Amino acid sequence: MPDSQGRRIALGCEGSANKLGIGIIAHDASGAAHVLSNVRHTFVSPPGTGFLPKDTAHHHRAFFVRVAKQALRDAGIAVSALDCICFTRGPGMGGPLTSVAVGARTLSLLWGKPLVGVNHCVGHIEMGRAITGAANPVVLYVSGGNTQVIAYAEQRYRIFGETLDIAVGNCLDRFARTLEISNDPAPGYNIEQLAKQGGRVLLDLPYAVKGMDCSFSGILGRADELAALMRTGGKGPDGEDFTPADLCFTLQETIFAMLVEITERAMAHVGSNQVLIVGGVGCNERLQDMMGKMAAERGGSVYATDERFCIDNGIMIAHAGLLAYETGFETALEESTCTQRFRTDEVFVKWRN
Amino acid sequence: MAATPAAASEPQFPLPSILNNPASAPPLLIAQGAEGRLYKTTYLVPDLACAVKYRPPKPYRHPVLDVRLTKARLSSEAKVLDRCARDGVPVPALYAIDAAGGWMALEWIDGPPVRQGINDWLGARPETDTTHADEQVDQTPLVDLMRRIGTVMGALHRTGVVHGDLTTSNMMLRPWKDGQGQNEGGEGTVLDGDVVLIDFGLATQSQSDEDRAVDLYVLERAFASTHPRAEAYFEYVLKAYGKTFKKAPSVLVKLADVRMRGRKRSMLG
Repeated sequence: MPDSQGRRIALGCEGSANKLGIGIIAHDASGAAHVLSNVRHTFVSPPGTGFLPKDTAHHHRAFFVRVAKQALRDAGIAVSALDCICFTRGPGMGGPLTSVAVGARTLSLLWGKPLVGVNHCVGHIEMGRAITGAANPVVLYVSGGNTQVIAYAEQRYRIFGETLDIAVGNCLDRFARTLEISNDPAPGYNIEQLAKQGGRVLLDLPYAVKGMDCSFSGILGRADELAALMRTGGKGPDGEDFTPADLCFTLQETIFAMLVEITERAMAHVGSNQVLIVGGVGCNERLQDMMGKMAAERGGSVYATDERFCIDNGIMIAHAGLLAYETGFETALEESTCTQRFRTDEVFVKWRN
Repeated sequence: MAATPAAASEPQFPLPSILNNPASAPPLLIAQGAEGRLYKTTYLVPDLACAVKYRPPKPYRHPVLDVRLTKARLSSEAKVLDRCARDGVPVPALYAIDAAGGWMALEWIDGPPVRQGINDWLGARPETDTTHADEQVDQTPLVDLMRRIGTVMGALHRTGVVHGDLTTSNMMLRPWKDGQGQNEGGEGTVLDGDVVLIDFGLATQSQSDEDRAVDLYVLERAFASTHPRAEAYFEYVLKAYGKTFKKAPSVLVKLADVRMRGRKRSMLG
């Protein structure tokens, strides 16, 4: 039910990877979104290691109540003002997903509010559109778990291109482990900073684009080999010295060129000149810069958001969930399960024309 | 290559050095894709039309990477074309290449794309009740074209090349010379002509059933979305393909697998 000012309010719970996020959003009578709170707590593993599902799930369970309380305090609203509780159904890591779903179910039963299950990728896309105002862009969704080029057509977000193996963020995260770079605040962020000191040489890495799809595991393998070579004092293929910074620079230049290329191909295919970048890797300013150059050449522009909305957060789940809720969608308690595999194009997008 | 010219004499984009050569005819920008641009001009003599494919530098890419990719892609495309030409697969002849300069000059193929031929053919025929379509409308020339496509695909795969981007826009209908290969009765139709494959920008050399089946699948999907009314005729492409080379039947078996899974990949987080 809309409140006295015609607003609808939703609380969203996200925990498909190492970020636990809870946020509260309001849609006013005109449909505009207002962020009331956006709280996040990240599970950071030591350098050289990744986040394991078991530990991450434990982290989410341990912090759920604290983060939820903080989100309510920041929003300054009473529980009774909420219309629904939204949670991530997938895709993501099983353990962390189910931990957060248990939390969301508990809130739903405790406060007597309906549940709304949300596709994580659709959450990213809708949040990006709401924040940037991009009406109908080609979307590049790049994160630790996903790499997709998406365009909207007839009630679905269609996947035009995607990774054939690991996600681009996974490639960066694992290379950060190889170099034993800190995971705080995020491995990708630290690679980006280190890459700024590199750039004297561009080493030779494989380049794997197939139509609108791409592949990253071979590139990671070669980058790991070069890192091992560097540690033993070896030289590059042309006898040059190189540093971790040069490796980070090379990796970024190569994989981002691939992403921009497949995005450009999708834009040419659907005849669009707007591009929206979402997902954690979307924070990377070099990627935004390259995408901007490509879009400018096509007479268009790039839309990107900052870390508050790019990196996994609860507010995007609340926003996408509320959009669905407004069209009459609810997830019954018995059906409020999670799934590790949940394609973006499985969601029926009733709220768009 | 017979699309409407996008720009006349005044070039909208910087031209590759070859097209600034006063000896060649003024270039006509024919198409602009994500990869590059296609111009129509002449080669060596004023009456030999040619297509120049130009891959301009990408400003977003590191210059070292840009040069490396452009070079590798152009020379791989040239190798594939050469291989096809040697084995008699109908493709445009390669006239000249400057891999470092980012361009190649190819034989100009006259005639409409197959897409246009089929659309003209279907457009001239009323949409009939499909249950009686075969009785009412003689589709022999269309069936014939489908078989020619299948035969050309078979020839391509037999040489160890997969195209990577097969659509009816990437096939041309080169007009028959007078009296050659005409249907009985001598009446020409919009579907007449030799099928010539173009645009090998995404082609690779491969002999695996999987790659070949995916190549067929891509065409099948493109065909169904471009010509939904003629979808039922695609089987003639596959039937003709199955007779072209020894391994063709096993490719068709693989195609059934590929259809089942599509290109869909189950998403893991």
